[in-house]
Amino acid sequence: MADKVLNKVPMPEQDPKVRSGNFQEVTLGYSKAMAMEEAERCLNCKTKPCVNGCPVGVRIPEFIGKIKEGDFTSAYDIIKTTNRLPAVCGRVCPQENQCEDKCVRGIKGEPVAIGRLERFVADYIMENNASTVAKPKSNGKKVAVVGAGPSGLTCAGNLAQLGYKVTIFEAFHVAGGVLMYGIPEFRLPKAIVQKEINSLLELGVEIMTNMVIGKVLSLDDIIDMGYEAIFIGSGAGLPNFMGIEGESLIGVFSANEYLTRINLMKGYLEEYDTPVIKSKNVAVVGGGNVAMDAARSAIRMGAEHVYIVYRRSQDELPARKEEVYHAKEEGIEFMFLTNPVKINGDENGRAESMECIKMQLSEPDESGRKKSVPIKNSDFIIPVDTVIMSVGTSPNPLIRKTTTGIEVNNRGCLVVDEDMMTTRKGIYAGGDAVTGAATVILAMGAGRAAAASIDKYISKK
Amino acid sequence: MQVIINYDKMINTACVVTCDNKSLPDYFYKVYIKGEIVKMFRIVRKRMLNDVVVLMDIEAPFIAKKAQPGQFIIFRIDEMGERVPLTIADFDKEMGTVTIIFQIVGKSTEHLSQLNEGDTILDFAGPLGMPTHIDPEAKSVCVIGGGVGCAIAYPQARALHEQGTDVTVIAGFRSKDIVILEDEFKAASTDLIITTDDGTYGKKGFVTNALEELIQGGKKFDEVIAIGPVPMMKFICEVTKKYNIKTIVSLNPIMVDGTGMCGGCRVTVGGETKYACVDGPDFDGHAVNFDELMKRNSTYRDREHSCRMLNQAK
Ligand SMILES: Cc1cc2nc3c(=O)[nH]c(=O)nc-3n(C[C@H](O)[C@H](O)[C@H](O)COP(=O)(O)OP(=O)(O)OC[C@H]3O[C@@H](n4cnc5c(N)ncnc54)[C@H](O)[C@@H]3O)c2cc1C
Ligand SMILES: Cc1cc2nc3c(=O)[nH]c(=O)nc-3n(C[C@H](O)[C@H](O)[C@H](O)COP(=O)(O)OP(=O)(O)OC[C@H]3O[C@@H](n4cnc5c(N)ncnc54)[C@H](O)[C@@H]3O)c2cc1C
Ligand code: SF4
Ligand code: SF4
Ligand code: FES
Repeated sequence: MADKVLNKVPMPEQDPKVRSGNFQEVTLGYSKAMAMEEAERCLNCKTKPCVNGCPVGVRIPEFIGKIKEGDFTSAYDIIKTTNRLPAVCGRVCPQENQCEDKCVRGIKGEPVAIGRLERFVADYIMENNASTVAKPKSNGKKVAVVGAGPSGLTCAGNLAQLGYKVTIFEAFHVAGGVLMYGIPEFRLPKAIVQKEINSLLELGVEIMTNMVIGKVLSLDDIIDMGYEAIFIGSGAGLPNFMGIEGESLIGVFSANEYLTRINLMKGYLEEYDTPVIKSKNVAVVGGGNVAMDAARSAIRMGAEHVYIVYRRSQDELPARKEEVYHAKEEGIEFMFLTNPVKINGDENGRAESMECIKMQLSEPDESGRKKSVPIKNSDFIIPVDTVIMSVGTSPNPLIRKTTTGIEVNNRGCLVVDEDMMTTRKGIYAGGDAVTGAATVILAMGAGRAAAASIDKYISKK
Repeated sequence: MQVIINYDKMINTACVVTCDNKSLPDYFYKVYIKGEIVKMFRIVRKRMLNDVVVLMDIEAPFIAKKAQPGQFIIFRIDEMGERVPLTIADFDKEMGTVTIIFQIVGKSTEHLSQLNEGDTILDFAGPLGMPTHIDPEAKSVCVIGGGVGCAIAYPQARALHEQGTDVTVIAGFRSKDIVILEDEFKAASTDLIITTDDGTYGKKGFVTNALEELIQGGKKFDEVIAIGPVPMMKFICEVTKKYNIKTIVSLNPIMVDGTGMCGGCRVTVGGETKYACVDGPDFDGHAVNFDELMKRNSTYRDREHSCRMLNQAK
């Protein structure tokens, strides 16, 4: 019986040797039969611990129950009541820390593959076009959303569902935020993101691209245009650098730039004009999802050696386990307990090597976190022509600098109350712009909460 | 399905809507109908200023409404295109147009130059960057443009001239046949000096010579604004530093987003890292690390190109 099996039904994947040379999706998705087999492993627990682990409270046992019955349309409808982008979340949620972390099957053996099942259902519906969205009746009220990332898209979708006329203003030439410019094609196909966005358009949401708010329009302009409330979901796109010598050399990029050139500007496709530097030896500094994505993109762009340079040990890597595993399979070389101190350049100002120092972990401090401290005289040099800095991002100050009355904390994050309202009435915010770089699902949860508050606010007006 | 757009006439840059009615109002520039783009930013005027410099007016009323001297736009011709920054050379709030003047140097500018009046481009975003600070107290300012940099310097000269500042313009070109904007500058300055490297028009020599002559002749400038190839700006700053004249330069590093999100446009100014797209593009020339900028701008440049660019810069 499937329900006695300790392990998840394995996910079909592209062979690492093949996939490290292409940008097609790494994991291929469950078949109907695989999904129904995996669904049998769910015990339909009364207490639903898994649901508590999901930031948006997807009704997990219910949708899995429908998969068991082979009723994928109903499964989809159940997921959609709380999660607007299931094809995305099924792929990129850090499930091992969320829903699957709480699954009782995980006590002995592997948890139910909730993410994979969610993805299966969403993909199935997309492929078979089995769901039609009924356009809600308009209530004649207008709301503006700034930023078309997961938080903005979710907020817009939920408000549109309630009958609001929603316009999303997006700075880039396409909607999707990090889903489009950051997370690579091989992990999240852009056609899937586009389909999720199209379903919003069908709800009647308008998306205006090329609209850099704070420049072409201020928030006050938007209010003057008759929008009754604004949601800011502008993300945390400002890249940090380390401040070490040599960061201005040619060949040193922020992960944002490197990934944007490849994903958004399709630098990996011949027919696009986007230039991307040809690298031989690449060092990616950092250990999060962004670092893994940059490293795995670099190997696909033809680099011979790609190193992840991370100052702590393997156990502290903040990236999803699956991504680290996939990266290793693809030949990414990990240098743990290593920190860059300087990048050296040649006479033309091109990076040619990186000086690093070995680190060690101290005893845990009060917060329980081990500090990473340099080991004296342990410097060494690695030859690299490309360095990708992936050491975090902060919220972009463009909007707050051009708007009065919006407070931020010392990290530049917008301050909101429990209703997601900023310090200015009628202006709400959520996602990375409020929390700093976090996750897709948290951004979506924030968008959902803000939509509910905005509805309450406008109804009371 | 019916048309579900109903904006006030104000909103008119690129937008995405769902509808199946192709007869959309004129003020929509980028409209997708069921995923298919049917409308974009229109080129309403095109003029060749010389063999390699093109002027275009693009219909983008919303940007025209907000534009200020010193700001720029980023365009993308089509789906395969690069995002390319160009300065807003002029704007007409009434007509709703933005003027760009660009030099054909590579693929995107070449492609754009082949388009004609009535043609459309896919993306046009702006106004980006900080406007030039026009000092209302400035009594006498020298505005220096080199080659196509003159196009960028023009709105600044005009703004200063309009507020009554004594404006000396030095416009430098390699030779007579590529002189641009002469009439425009005449109307926007107290004095106009044109220099050509080969002496075929105006004064023979470089803009730096002309500037130094003026200063030595007793002309007092509160400020110098210099816009052109990086080496030109560097040499001007060396001159003005000697005489201790505040100098503003407009930098053109390689950009992607133009909103502070990629860090590709970073430049070192006074030892600090600045993002030219949001902190600039104007900076205090005496604090800029020009050598670094020149190197960084060669990131994607093949050898052949670099020779051509350097020749132009000279
Ligand atoms: C490379 C990478 C990999 C990641 N991998 C994962 C993962 O595997 N799993 C996971 O859960 N999370 C992952 N994340 C994090 C996740 O993508 C983000 O937390 C999430 O996208 C935040 O959503 P958001 O809506 O707040 O902002 P964003 O997705 O950043 O969207 C903000 C949008 O606002 C626009 N904008 C900004 N300023 C303006 C303005 N002034 N005017 C108009 N528009 C503006 C931006 O262009 C952008 O489209 C990853 C992030 C990156 C960069
Ligand atoms: C803020 C800003 C304002 C600008 N304003 C103007 C303007 O008003 N008129 C004008 O003619 N040009 C302007 N430029 C320069 C213009 O963006 C470049 O000439 C353009 O990107 C070249 O694109 P391309 O595809 O035709 O050439 P490419 O094929 O991309 O490159 C051709 C050559 O130009 C170099 N190059 C690429 N991008 C830049 C860049 N951003 N700056 C300098 N060199 C570059 C390449 O390395 C290569 O050698 C501006 C640049 C910036 C950053
Ligand atoms: S949205 Fe994410 S956390 Fe929630 S059930 Fe789906 S995969 Fe799990
Ligand atoms: S905890 Fe696991 S087994 Fe129990 S209902 Fe949730 S998914 Fe099913
Ligand atoms: S162009 Fe990307 S940060 Fe300036």
